[in-house]
Amino acid sequence: MGTEKQRLDQRRAPVYEALETFRQMRVVPFDVPGHKRGRGNPELAEFLGERCVGVDVNSMKPLDNLCHPISVIREAEDLAAEAFGAAHAFLMVGGTTSSVQSMVLSACKGGDEIILPRNVHRSVINALVLCGAIPVYVAPEVEDRLGISLGMRREQVAKAIGKHPNAVAVLVNNPTYYGICGDLRSIVQMAHGAGMLCLADEAHGTHFYFGEGLPLSAMAAGADMAAVSMHKSGGSLTQSSLLLTGPAMPAGYVRQIINLTQTTSGSYLLMSSLDISRRNLSLRGRSIFREVVHMAEYAREEINQIGGYYAFGKELIDGNAIFDFDATKLSVHTRAIGLAGIEVYDLLRDEYDIQIEFGDIGNILAYLSMGDRPQELERLVSALAEIRRRYQRSSAGLLSQEYLDPEVVSSPQEAFYAPKRSIPLRQSAGQVSSEFIMCYPPGIPILAPGERITQDILDYIEYAREKGCSLTGPEDPEIRNINVLTGGGTEGKGHGTLV
Amino acid sequence: MELWFSEYHAPDVKHSIRVRRHLYSERSAYQQIDIFETPEFGRVLALDGNVMLTERDEFIYDEMMTHVPMAVHPHIKDVLVIGAGDGGVVRELARYDRIERIDLVEMDPMVLEACRKYLPENASRLDDSRVHIRFENGLRFIRKCQDAYDLVIVDSNDPFGPSEGLFTREFYGSCCNALRSDGIMVNQQGSPFYRHDAEAMKRSHQRIASTFPICRVYQAHIPTYAAGYWLFGFASMKYHPIDDLDPEAWRALGLKTKYYTTRLHVGSFYLPAFLEDMLREVEYAGEKRGDFSGL
Repeated sequence: MGTEKQRLDQRRAPVYEALETFRQMRVVPFDVPGHKRGRGNPELAEFLGERCVGVDVNSMKPLDNLCHPISVIREAEDLAAEAFGAAHAFLMVGGTTSSVQSMVLSACKGGDEIILPRNVHRSVINALVLCGAIPVYVAPEVEDRLGISLGMRREQVAKAIGKHPNAVAVLVNNPTYYGICGDLRSIVQMAHGAGMLCLADEAHGTHFYFGEGLPLSAMAAGADMAAVSMHKSGGSLTQSSLLLTGPAMPAGYVRQIINLTQTTSGSYLLMSSLDISRRNLSLRGRSIFREVVHMAEYAREEINQIGGYYAFGKELIDGNAIFDFDATKLSVHTRAIGLAGIEVYDLLRDEYDIQIEFGDIGNILAYLSMGDRPQELERLVSALAEIRRRYQRSSAGLLSQEYLDPEVVSSPQEAFYAPKRSIPLRQSAGQVSSEFIMCYPPGIPILAPGERITQDILDYIEYAREKGCSLTGPEDPEIRNINVLTGGGTEGKGHGTLV
Repeated sequence: MELWFSEYHAPDVKHSIRVRRHLYSERSAYQQIDIFETPEFGRVLALDGNVMLTERDEFIYDEMMTHVPMAVHPHIKDVLVIGAGDGGVVRELARYDRIERIDLVEMDPMVLEACRKYLPENASRLDDSRVHIRFENGLRFIRKCQDAYDLVIVDSNDPFGPSEGLFTREFYGSCCNALRSDGIMVNQQGSPFYRHDAEAMKRSHQRIASTFPICRVYQAHIPTYAAGYWLFGFASMKYHPIDDLDPEAWRALGLKTKYYTTRLHVGSFYLPAFLEDMLREVEYAGEKRGDFSGL
């Protein structure tokens, strides 16, 4: 929240207020949705509650229109912009995937180069498939002990900018899934110095705008756009999100881009949840996230006392690839007890009725937020202690690396639409993939369209499958076959590169 | 004037007690604590509106929680009691000279304070020199204990409130780890009668059964608890609750009780058919488990 000038009243929540007024007016609905405040679908009304289905309504004058906001939605966006220190904020109803894609599509056209770390979320590469931009990948640093990929180093970004001076934008994860942040302020300065935009995927960074002692937010760092998952740490409903823009971005053009793919029936459940959550963060965010950090620090301490596990924190900070660490993230390295992260993840759910955010090869992540209480944390810590006691084994033979450098042969769009054939995955080494393969979560592609398939990648995929990761991406739901380019992918004009 | 305290035993069933005076009503960091004086049940302690104990029938619960394991395991010296801030279980334990140490871990200091003041009979032995009181989350306390106790008594609230962590597999696993190899865990296991309670009872039984090789349920009649019908769990790695009962040795102690007898001890493990079915449903198939005929 800006401290110098407080123009707007952050206690207001215009979309929510308009819905409350609308509810009281008892307007007779001869419009969509057809369930008519739930009356037409009593089972749904019973399940979700009458209050909920009663405000599942359509755009109309008193409630504004998400495609072209002029009244209450506009006011809610202005309030959100002020709360996040942005020039403009867009309420988004297609998940942060839609925010990320609108951000990339606003910055790039077909053939434009965009500099980004390879460990981006699939939504970023999907946007490149849509618009035909060419990725210039910066290989992320990898933390050797933990096997996790980190932020981009300043020198790597400078090198990529130097080699690709015509790139239009640099995209940054702020933070990564594990809470690792690069030196965003310096990266913004480098991008701007080269006449490029700086975009931030802040799917895991909503709270940066409201906490104290948390990493720098994209808007505060001077970035031009940021995709913010309000539904993660912000507390709003799943699928609601915000797209923030800085002063250099033309808001009208960004709105046009959003409207290319956004529904014309934006959900008022999602929009009101954004409005109410923004108000909550604005008024109480500081104390909320102070408490979340406190709980995470407590849990880290307790988990590290169990032995074997390593719940990592700010001690990792190295001033560059780990410029900062988000202390609300509770990530635990499990390899030393002889279990893959995904195995601990499965045990927690199957044996202890505890669902965590994800487990991958070497780590688990428990997502802590404003809704957590100390007694549930005690359960998590105790369950981890029990898992160690009951299942600990030798860690010989466990893979450690989460990240494999890809060889980029063709652009994502070119590879996705090129002539292709389906071949058995295990026989695909040496071919160029036309599709994604990733573990979900975290949804960072192991293989993206246009990348050369190597035996290392195939071994990694088999290992992840064996350990119980949910693999997604390919056309073949069983993921036994993969689509590869028929021509080997070398005939294209614009490739992607790895710097 | 008519003043009644009512508690839902099930969504469609209420149990009401006439109240003479409301003696205490405070909200702690964890729960709402109330103490009433009633004509029929004497003083009543309620947490979050649920009756925890009444002066009139607490003896049933407190005796069944303590004398059952004490009559089975002849060498109990170190005891951990989790919950039980009213002190009733500690009062019964303190009657045994062979017990050297009683650790009482209660989350909420205000419960203990209120009971000391308004339920002095229950709290009468909390100042015994063998009793060590710690105000801490039970789950947190026990995960750091290993081979430390001969008996763990889990005297929790119901599984839908702040005590939920005391009905989990991680908790029972930690209890197993905190016990010596011949230790016993006894827990209040809820009621099998109303559906909601029965489901929770089955879940916790399943978790205990997957943790301890010997795991039996026993019952008592407690008028102010849901359906007046209450269950306890007996779990151990060594002692069988009936085969290893030594009635003569217990009777030789000369303890005067109001509910517990060694004959009732045996009888309390014989369960109605519907309950046998429920327990069998959640137990793992095994030679000993699920077979009630050879009790």
